[in-house]
Amino acid sequence: MSTKRVVTATINGTDSTLIVDDRMSLLDALRDAAGLTGTKEGCLTGDCGACSVIMNGRLVDSCLVMAPEAEGAIIETVEGLAQGNDLHPLQKRFLEHAALQCGVCTPGFLVAAKDLLDRNPEPTDDEVRYWLAGNLCRCTGYDKILRAVHDAAADLRSSSR
Amino acid sequence: MEKQTPGGRPYKVIGTRPIRHDGEDKVTGRAQSGADISFRDQLYGKVLRSPHPHARIVSIDASKALAMPGVEAVITGAELPQPHDRMFLSGEGGVENFRYVNDRVLASGKALFEGHPIAAVAAKDIWTAEEAVKAIEVTYEVLPAVTDVLKAMQPDAPLLHEEITTETLGEKKKESTNVCRHTQHKRGDVDQGFSAADVVIEREFTTSTVHQGYIEPHNATALYRSDGQITIWTSTQAPFWVRRDVAELLELPLSTIKVVPLEIGGGFGGKIAVYLEPLAVLLSKKTGKPVKLVMNRQEVFLATGPASSTATRIKIGVKKDGTITAAAAHLVYEAGAFPSNWAVMGSMCVLAPYKMETLLIDAFDVLTNTPKVMAYRAPSSPQAIFGVESVLDEIALELGMDPLELRMKNAVEEGDRRADGPKFPRIGLKETIQAAMDSEHYKSPAPSGPNQSRAVAVGFWFNAGLQSSATVGINMDGTASVVTGSVDIGGSRASMAMMAAEALGLKAEEVRPSVADTDAIGHTDVTGGSRTTFATGMAVYEACQDVLGQLKKRVATLWELPEEEIEFDGSAFQHADNGKDPMTVKELGAKLTATGGPVMGHSSVAPTGVGASFGVHIADVEVDPETGKVTVLRYTVVQDVGQAIHPSYVEGQMQGGAVQGIGWALNEEYVRNDEGKMMNPSFLDYRVPTMLDVPSIETILVEVPNPGHPYGVRGVGETPIVPPLGTLHNAIARAVGVRMRSLPMSPPKLSAALQAKGLEAIAAPTP
Ligand code: FES
Ligand code: FES
Repeated sequence: MSTKRVVTATINGTDSTLIVDDRMSLLDALRDAAGLTGTKEGCLTGDCGACSVIMNGRLVDSCLVMAPEAEGAIIETVEGLAQGNDLHPLQKRFLEHAALQCGVCTPGFLVAAKDLLDRNPEPTDDEVRYWLAGNLCRCTGYDKILRAVHDAAADLRSSSR
Repeated sequence: MEKQTPGGRPYKVIGTRPIRHDGEDKVTGRAQSGADISFRDQLYGKVLRSPHPHARIVSIDASKALAMPGVEAVITGAELPQPHDRMFLSGEGGVENFRYVNDRVLASGKALFEGHPIAAVAAKDIWTAEEAVKAIEVTYEVLPAVTDVLKAMQPDAPLLHEEITTETLGEKKKESTNVCRHTQHKRGDVDQGFSAADVVIEREFTTSTVHQGYIEPHNATALYRSDGQITIWTSTQAPFWVRRDVAELLELPLSTIKVVPLEIGGGFGGKIAVYLEPLAVLLSKKTGKPVKLVMNRQEVFLATGPASSTATRIKIGVKKDGTITAAAAHLVYEAGAFPSNWAVMGSMCVLAPYKMETLLIDAFDVLTNTPKVMAYRAPSSPQAIFGVESVLDEIALELGMDPLELRMKNAVEEGDRRADGPKFPRIGLKETIQAAMDSEHYKSPAPSGPNQSRAVAVGFWFNAGLQSSATVGINMDGTASVVTGSVDIGGSRASMAMMAAEALGLKAEEVRPSVADTDAIGHTDVTGGSRTTFATGMAVYEACQDVLGQLKKRVATLWELPEEEIEFDGSAFQHADNGKDPMTVKELGAKLTATGGPVMGHSSVAPTGVGASFGVHIADVEVDPETGKVTVLRYTVVQDVGQAIHPSYVEGQMQGGAVQGIGWALNEEYVRNDEGKMMNPSFLDYRVPTMLDVPSIETILVEVPNPGHPYGVRGVGETPIVPPLGTLHNAIARAVGVRMRSLPMSPPKLSAALQAKGLEAIAAPTP
């Protein structure tokens, strides 16, 4: 039987009150209850990374988190990356490098890469590849994504200097 | 050939790398795919699918489902109009019969593959819909299934369709069979050709079923209004074909249907056919509400079109100097549960890269209890060319010849004929092979550690033309808008804007490109066949010429000079010997109102000057002899891309295609159990390459302009998936001395083969 409940969470810095169904995943809650459809669904089984979000400082596949578990959580999604009209360096570099073709994987890659760069401002090729291995892209062959992440890391390093 | 515009001027916009116009929406999460839209009163649909690969449907009882609170409608195959024979152009140019589209969308009589839709429900939420699907009672009489192509050809194989007999060279045989078509191409006396050869090698190959693996599952939302007007929102490669297919299936005029293409998360040929759209329409008709259906990943694997598994036999004869004297190809392709023409396509590709006096190709399309095969990037070419490239590699070793020399010696060029007849126009295979030979990668020492090696292979794709429409409007400030009917699956908005900018003397940023729904633009065929930049680009170019013609009249009015004396030089309108300052399109914008009003150009084209594309791939690999794991150390894609409009996206196509091919070669496959059920319908078990599995793919763009396009465009997207199969196969063979001849060369298969060969042999490979 369906049970509805209210979940309050901080999504991209805004306190949000969502009415969710107990059977909803966090992905459903973000997309259907909060209207944040930037987070994408590719598999619902934790295998593609299209639904990546940062929850309480941890990168998660939101399709594997139940919506009620988000009570009180701090959640960052792709919609929170840009500050107003100021794109995040990752977003800028993805565009510059043509690191997206269809773009369905892009939100997941951006969020996962942001989480990586938050932890490791100067990752090696291998570190980027390991961190992003949970995100599938069927279009690009990954090279341009790798380059975009490195360039964005350099941008972030020079701006924080 | 000089790289320049038809007017002989160097390019200003083409060949540059502007930010794609739709990019911001895609990095901020604002872009909307079909799964992202919803309506307040919308219902959720779910499909009941056959658990059996082959079964007679004895009865369907939906009464329990219909009685559930929140369930608003159930439909079954009985709901569709009776199937009728009507041929149509599908996929990448093949002809198919609507009778079977009908049957594929909703089963009637028999379930022919695991996942075959049996019924669909609409309910107030997805959970209710899922429960309702479970409550539908279906009685099946399970029938023996056949999923292997060679077994399906046997006379005692279970028959999928009683009414199907083999069509050979246009003639129908009498007996029912699973072989729906036999195609043959012949040139000269192939036996004589082989007797003239010094070396003849014949080998057999198999490849497994693979899936396009786009990340976004299929979706469709439809609203059937009480006045009979229908709107369909969907992520598709072919909105006009969705409209045609739904109209045909439901026997409605095209004018009652509007298809709104939303952003699409990958397709690669797999999002051309309709699956959910007709169901959404029927469910909406019953309920009067918008109905949305979204597949899950398992449904995508089980019930949407993968690429054919194949069994092929390739025989090639050469002289001592490497000249091919004869080749024979025997190709068997999985069609899936309904008639297909993928073997026909394979027969047109298999020997396309090489000259030869004699050849014989026999190709068989074979029905199996598997989902109907659909287009997958250069459909049918990879499996066919895989065997040829492997045999050529053996021949090169046998002759002690450089494998690229061998290919160069036999490479087709302008004027040569493909096996199925057409003559090649200007093509760039030789230039591509030469560029591969000259590449730093090929010239560098091949990896020489244990179980390491380097190899190459060639690939080919025709590219398609078909039909496209575009409009170009000049804004009142002289900037422009471009509207086309081609869904943008990987950056085509940018290339359309760039071609318009080049034609009109504007900057790429001064042109705003968009993709229209089926009401707002003339008929435009599929985004596929690598045709969008070519054909829709041609429509954009022609629409710009229309605009320029109209603008010239305005300039003539302004200058009070005869039109014939005014010329557009790519940047501005000029008059040769009159003191007038040149006038740009930008400047004319503000003068439109005063000189007669708005200017808009239109064009609809069906271009014939399609340019085929060839590629050469180079791979360095290392094999772990214990686990059978293959590491790709270095990988280069060399390809004739005609003229690259936006080089970054051209490189992206080459890299992405190569990685899909690498996945096909090394890992991807449908694993089936004895009953014919798929054992790995998830991204966990159907392993597509991750960032860890592939190196950064290097690209070399060879630009041999296609004379059939004003800007020299040839399609680029599909060719790059073709060579990886042979390239990796040959590299593995040269590294460990085992020719697998069977894909995928996955760790368990490769390590078993190595064990069978004996570990001593591995230490000193003799390929
Ligand atoms: S949708 Fe969550 S990992 Fe694929
Ligand atoms: S850009 Fe299409 S899946 Fe990554």
